[in-house]
Amino acid sequence: MAGLQMHHVAKRYGATTVIHGVDLQVDDGEFVVFVGPSGCGKSTLLRMISGLESATEGDLILDGKRVNDVSAADRGLAMVFQSYALYPHMTVYQNMAFGLENIGTPRAEIEAKVREAAKLLKLDALLERRPTQLSGGQRQRVAIGRAIVREPSIFLFDEPLSNLDAELRVQMRTEITALHQRLGTTMIYVTHDQVEAMTMADKIVVLRAGRIEQVGAPLDLYNAPANRFVAGFIGSPRMNFLSAHVATPGDGGVRVALDAGSAASGGTLLPVRSDGVAAGDAIDVGIRPEHLSLDVAPDHVVLDATIDQLEQLGAASFLYCTLPNGEKLTAQAAGQVDHRAGDRVRVGFAPQAAHVFRRIEGEPALPRTTRARAPS
Amino acid sequence: MPKLGELLTATRGRGRLDWTDWLSYGYLALGVLLMFGPVLWLVLSSFKTPAALTEFPPRLLPYGQAMVKVEGQPEALPLYRAKLPNGSTSEMVELRRIGIQATMIDPKHPDEQVQVNIRDRQPVREFHLATENYVDIFGKFDFGRFLWNSVFITVVATLITLLFNAMAAFALSKYRFSGQRSVFLLILATLMIPPTIVLVPNFLVVSELGLLNSLWGVIWPAVATPTGVFLLRQYMLTLPDELIDAARMDHASEWRIFWRIILPLSAPALAVLAIFSIMWRWNDFLWPLIVLSRTENFTLQLALNAFQGELTTQWNYLLAMTVLTLLPVTLVFAFLQRYITTGIASAGIK
Repeated sequence: MAGLQMHHVAKRYGATTVIHGVDLQVDDGEFVVFVGPSGCGKSTLLRMISGLESATEGDLILDGKRVNDVSAADRGLAMVFQSYALYPHMTVYQNMAFGLENIGTPRAEIEAKVREAAKLLKLDALLERRPTQLSGGQRQRVAIGRAIVREPSIFLFDEPLSNLDAELRVQMRTEITALHQRLGTTMIYVTHDQVEAMTMADKIVVLRAGRIEQVGAPLDLYNAPANRFVAGFIGSPRMNFLSAHVATPGDGGVRVALDAGSAASGGTLLPVRSDGVAAGDAIDVGIRPEHLSLDVAPDHVVLDATIDQLEQLGAASFLYCTLPNGEKLTAQAAGQVDHRAGDRVRVGFAPQAAHVFRRIEGEPALPRTTRARAPS
Repeated sequence: MPKLGELLTATRGRGRLDWTDWLSYGYLALGVLLMFGPVLWLVLSSFKTPAALTEFPPRLLPYGQAMVKVEGQPEALPLYRAKLPNGSTSEMVELRRIGIQATMIDPKHPDEQVQVNIRDRQPVREFHLATENYVDIFGKFDFGRFLWNSVFITVVATLITLLFNAMAAFALSKYRFSGQRSVFLLILATLMIPPTIVLVPNFLVVSELGLLNSLWGVIWPAVATPTGVFLLRQYMLTLPDELIDAARMDHASEWRIFWRIILPLSAPALAVLAIFSIMWRWNDFLWPLIVLSRTENFTLQLALNAFQGELTTQWNYLLAMTVLTLLPVTLVFAFLQRYITTGIASAGIK
């Protein structure tokens, strides 16, 4: 059980900087997910926490002590690897016991701990098997079991589910969440899958190119993304970005003119603060596919669109459309729709569902004036 | 076994023998004859008596003079087919011989002695394995001593070779340090230096260390082999780094990672190197010849050489000893050869 602080932690390989001065606080017992596209440095950051990589600069503080110079073996953490990294020549039991043997645990105690962990993970019947005789999900459990028996202060997971098939991934996701609730240990979990991040995390850390873009609870990130990158990364399908111009910035919101909208509308009032924007500034309006509607309400911002492609999933339908100015728009409709490719449709969205991003470095979002919440 | 039969009788044509079948079976038969013929000749000859060895024209199978026990005589006597003075031929044993006259008796009538000129008789030959060749070398010569020396050098040198080369390969494959590449290339570069070139410097070093005439003087210079380092490094490169990371997270020391994770997983490559090392050390001749000069330190190969006297050579013993010398390495190869193919294949690819 321990908290972790990172103060301006950076990693450089020669002239290349992989992690640019990261500051992060992980509280005791928290489930933190590092998420980001591949190559964003999330695994490197995790390996720096584990001690397998050293930090070039900054301080890593574990339980109040600076651990930069403490070796991976002595940090008291446990890690679950993407490839599971089970020792192929050892049985499941030996795999789980290896770490305890290394710290000189008495044989009887090892046996008790391994049996207990095996019971917890439903591995009792498999203890004498070799990893090659196990299925992917079972191997994953052994890898987790190997971490559990050490009773680490923090669990580190490096994309543990990416080698499993979709069904098993969902199952293991809930098992890991349940495990966290039962053990109450701090867990740091790396994934590139935003669904895993949204479903499992207490706190999500979104990374891009070695920098933290936003830290927050899953729904905070969904409802109030700090910038265009986070907005695009969190949520599936991806958020639509429509180019627009500021018509009149004001106190009650910003009046914007969508490039794809009809000129007659003369601008739409969006409830965001007009921090630093002036009339005529180019901006992006972000709207999630699930906030677009085919049933246009009177207060909606309305767009004319042509359907290019239609995906009917039964419970939901995805419409891939083109707007009059050539911009692409993805809309999600609940249930099944009576349209086909080539149809012209009117789609609308509520102004309070829109996000506004400035076109300056980092593409920050304009804060909303209303409390961030997804419209029903 | 049915598989083997299938392999040996496989033909290209359906049912009938194609001309390519004749060609390939002919070629293979020639190969077997060339490769296996001398070995077979050696083994058969090792069971011949000295007399049979010097016989001309030579025979393939070991034949010896037939001996017959005759009533009233203390020992078995050699049997001949003799032409008797009365013109008939009969099988008789030789009682004694003076000059060209032999005194012979018929085994059925031991009392009648006949004088026969030795040109008028032919020895009766029968298949006979001279196993005494093998029995004698254990008593007559210090064969056990030579065998022990050879076994000691082979086993100890192989164990040390495996350990040292595996440690070097582990460092070269799994640690990142400056100069790693140059060290590896340097080790590989020594492959290009013929052993004879470094014979004298090696001798000087061994001599300075006071290891001349000691088995360790044969062992130490041989344990570090570039081939072994290369073979093991290539294999260890294929072991995933995540296993080592996992072991480090499991609080394992570097030595423990090497001993518990890397070594067991490198077993196929280690087996290959073990076979090579056993063959190298067992068959090694030149270096032991230089280092070991006292007879009690001789390896089997040196003993075989010493057996070949300047004036006379006891061929029957020499051949028996050669067969015994071949035996262990043949057995090792026969039982471990599958590792060579699998090990080399997996060490090379990926």
